[in-house]
Amino acid sequence: MNYETVIGLEVHVELKTEAKVFCGCAARFGAEPNTHVCPGCLGMPGALPVLNKRAVEYCIKAGLALNCRIAPFSRFDRKQYFYPDLPHAYQISQDDLPLCAGGGLKIVNPAGEERLVRINRIHLEEEAGRTYHSGTGTAGYSLLDFNRSGLPLIEIVTEPDLRSPEEARIFLEKLQEILRYIEVSDCKMEEGSFRCDANISVRPAGSREFGRRMEIKNLNSFKAIQAALAYEENRLGSLLAAGTPPEQEESRGWDETRGMTFFMRPKEKATDYRYFPDPDLPPLVIAEEWVEAIRAGLPELPEEKKNRYVKEYGLPVQDADLLGSFRETAEFFEATLRCYSGEPKTVANWVMGDFARLLNLEKLTPAQSKLKPEALAAMLQMIDDGQISGKIAKTVFEEMFYSGKSPREIVAEKGLAQISDENQLTAVVREILAKHPGPVADYRAGKTKALGFLVGQVMKETKGQANPGLVNKLLREELDK
Amino acid sequence: MELSTLSLKELSDALREKTVSARELTGAFLERINRFNPELNAFVTVAEEEALAAADEADRRLARGEGVTPLTGIPVAVADTICTKGIKTTCASRILENFIPPYDATAVSRLKEAGAVIIAKTNTDEFGAGTTTGYSAFGPARNPWDKDREPGGDGGAAAVAAGLVPLAVSFDSGGSLRRAAAFCGVTGLKPAYGSVSRYGLAALAPSLEQIGPLARQVDDLALLYQVLAGPDPLDATSLPAAGPGRDGAEVTGPAAGSKGLRIGLPREYFAGEQLQAAVKERVLAAAGILAEKGGEQVDLTLPSTGYALAAHILLAAAEASSSLARYDGVRYGYRSPEATDIDLLYKKTRTEGFGSEAKRRILLGTLVLSAECYNDYYLNAQKVRALVIREFKEAFTKCDLILTPVTPGAPGRAGGERSPLLQYQDEYYTAGANLAGLAGLSLPCGLVDGLPVGVQLLAPAGREGLLFWAARILEEATGRLSPPSFQE
Amino acid sequence: MNLEKEKVKHLAELARLELGEEEAAEFSRQLSEVLAYAGKVREAPVAGMEPVIHLLSLANVFREDEVEPSLPREEALANAPHREEGFFRVPRILEEN
Ligand SMILES: [Zn+2]
Repeated sequence: MNYETVIGLEVHVELKTEAKVFCGCAARFGAEPNTHVCPGCLGMPGALPVLNKRAVEYCIKAGLALNCRIAPFSRFDRKQYFYPDLPHAYQISQDDLPLCAGGGLKIVNPAGEERLVRINRIHLEEEAGRTYHSGTGTAGYSLLDFNRSGLPLIEIVTEPDLRSPEEARIFLEKLQEILRYIEVSDCKMEEGSFRCDANISVRPAGSREFGRRMEIKNLNSFKAIQAALAYEENRLGSLLAAGTPPEQEESRGWDETRGMTFFMRPKEKATDYRYFPDPDLPPLVIAEEWVEAIRAGLPELPEEKKNRYVKEYGLPVQDADLLGSFRETAEFFEATLRCYSGEPKTVANWVMGDFARLLNLEKLTPAQSKLKPEALAAMLQMIDDGQISGKIAKTVFEEMFYSGKSPREIVAEKGLAQISDENQLTAVVREILAKHPGPVADYRAGKTKALGFLVGQVMKETKGQANPGLVNKLLREELDK
Repeated sequence: MELSTLSLKELSDALREKTVSARELTGAFLERINRFNPELNAFVTVAEEEALAAADEADRRLARGEGVTPLTGIPVAVADTICTKGIKTTCASRILENFIPPYDATAVSRLKEAGAVIIAKTNTDEFGAGTTTGYSAFGPARNPWDKDREPGGDGGAAAVAAGLVPLAVSFDSGGSLRRAAAFCGVTGLKPAYGSVSRYGLAALAPSLEQIGPLARQVDDLALLYQVLAGPDPLDATSLPAAGPGRDGAEVTGPAAGSKGLRIGLPREYFAGEQLQAAVKERVLAAAGILAEKGGEQVDLTLPSTGYALAAHILLAAAEASSSLARYDGVRYGYRSPEATDIDLLYKKTRTEGFGSEAKRRILLGTLVLSAECYNDYYLNAQKVRALVIREFKEAFTKCDLILTPVTPGAPGRAGGERSPLLQYQDEYYTAGANLAGLAGLSLPCGLVDGLPVGVQLLAPAGREGLLFWAARILEEATGRLSPPSFQE
Repeated sequence: MNLEKEKVKHLAELARLELGEEEAAEFSRQLSEVLAYAGKVREAPVAGMEPVIHLLSLANVFREDEVEPSLPREEALANAPHREEGFFRVPRILEEN
């Protein structure tokens, strides 16, 4: 029998605002414990929440990028449960009136099929503090740091539209790419600013009913997500095949080292969080004009960009993918193109080639590097104008990357300009021919390969600065005399 | 000079004319506190050191003559549910027995900016949940008129009445401040919702409560209110600086062009059997006094009054269950010595830390917000609230202010065993103002069997000035009350 | 509505309170009485009324995204019942995974 896998995701994303969502504490990762805390995010008596405007903007931005409707009216509710990292014993969240609803994101699965993954909702909420465990056994205890308490968080909930672990991974990668593109989050899984819980069930192919759902919690890498879902897909499939479908819905964890999921607890029949509207926070009334202003400020999203690169610039799809996936790279590419009249493909090659290699080596992003798009454009122009050779350009480029100097400066300083003076080169050519009678004889005997050797010698003599086309021409002329 | 009976203006003049220094004034009140508080238990904490330091600072201000306000150098007591930086703030609960806030409530900051001297923290019911101070973890406060009687739900009124402080700041989520004012024979105002910042008031029922002033006389009350009121960026439910609700703090009479003050008397507030005849008579007499001054009595009906109290009980409990959930012994406050695992940390701490009324409201509120009861109880209560608001709104098209009793009778025996329901019903006349966010002023209107009873004046946000104006007329007519046994 | 003792105990569990048998019985009695009274909101003539969720007609009350000073760590931790090296310390929380 064939089985079908059904997956839905809940993704938590920390927004990269300056301050926390309901107080003025800095929203920064990695500070000394309990140094970014105040009466508000410590849940002290009488402190009140006041909503950070930018957090709302970022949530709307995410909603628009994921094609959601922005609710004209929404509000904040208290989700009540006791946990030591939750200072008020309630999380300020949004229950029945979320800020964004009903969007979708298209992905292409490994089989090349396009799939629309519907977004059920995106809501804004606050992050809890962090717990560290110390000691073992009965001597064990826990330590709490509330720096993270009150960071702005959005929860993105998909419909159960994913049909394989690969699709889930592809969706998440694409989601991450978009959220980074619109600059609302760093989406760093390793720092916890992009987290995912996955719901998976397996059913006989063609069935309309869902199978029993397993929730896999706290998956902290794309690899883990795909592997955990694949493991669970198999496990549930085997259970079905054996005629022993799972008896209950469960929350399960992922054991990275053993490569398997494990039972955590039965999924409680809908915990009663006793939600109610937070009396401390007036509602949000989002005017159409505000939404449109935010929409107008959205950058071109990766999907549109990639399509345009192929259509407008004639780039191969792989190049468009590479250049379009990271916003800074795309911006660098386009900025260079704006100052350069040559082929887009030439720019693409340099950005994906030497530039990417050096960035990688130095662990920098395009915006962090000293190289400016105008400088790259100027260098490419110099190649086109025959002022430097492609080979010299590599040296010039590296120097530009590390020093931030203009190509002209570097060429002048290091005397790297291409020699295109015919008289000057003819003298060198004659000298080389005189020095190497053997290869000259070979060439004249029809062994044209010898020409390559002689070109090499001229280039060596001129420290690579000779115009290679001209050298070829002059050598032939001299040899054919 | 008997400082304890002087008005704010007289004290303020004395300070400015240097007939007394702020330090002497604070010292004199501290002396009275030390002498009389043991029998009244009006205070949880007396901040002697901090008060004297603040008084010295006030003296420097007065000497320079810079930034002097009518409150500069004046001792003020603040309810112990209102956070004071560096001064213990227990909320009259064991669970915050040793809590010292690292921040001031906005109301306290405003007092300090005006140069007031925070002298002591007043006793209340635990987190303000109660009507008699009988649920204070530190024992009930006493009524200065009769120490066997309850003082209403706030020790500040008792302290002001007995002249232990000239002014006090407290809060009101169902009527405790207004009842306390009535029972102790002083004036008190529950401002309209959003008038005074709630920042730093330990929340009990955040959609219902407001911080408000207590004073021996109306002019002092108005002055203190003007210092407390104002927009606050730290409280998202505080009214903006300009706009409706913010333009009526100045004492003013009825709108120009009107024939005079129209005083609304809602039938439902005078009809019940529980209202003692003597109280009714004095309250109606007050209405008569206002009418005599060119006012007009308007017969009103507020049919949902009975439902209003029911809704108030449910909403106050629902919000309390959420507000009090944060007290868990993790970050501050009491932690049970038996908290050996995380489950016990919560259970033992909260069980040992909270008193019975806090627990009762937590249980009731947890029920009201549970999925099975949310629609029936919580949402219906909020719909009743909408009804109450609508009825008041209509009423205020027919009258300028509404006049009612504050309590059905005179103060009861302290520690008297009354069922929780009966205690909730203490707020029958006052809870409506909390539900609808109205301003409610309570002032004495006479004695019943030698004990003070009060009259309540209600007005919409922005009409507090009218309340002060009318209260002043009543005050002139009835005279001020002073408990006999606290004079030198 | 009659609030049975067992139900009271369940609510106490949800609210992290411990109740003895007698205490639970007393709360059950008292709260049943309160609910018998307060339950009349269910019979109130509220058809067509929108529940009051926010008393004031305010909306979109924001703070700008600006960092303000946090508490000095010493003040943040000063009231902690148990602290260790800049952290709040609590008994062991069972790890989820
Ligand atoms: Zn904070």
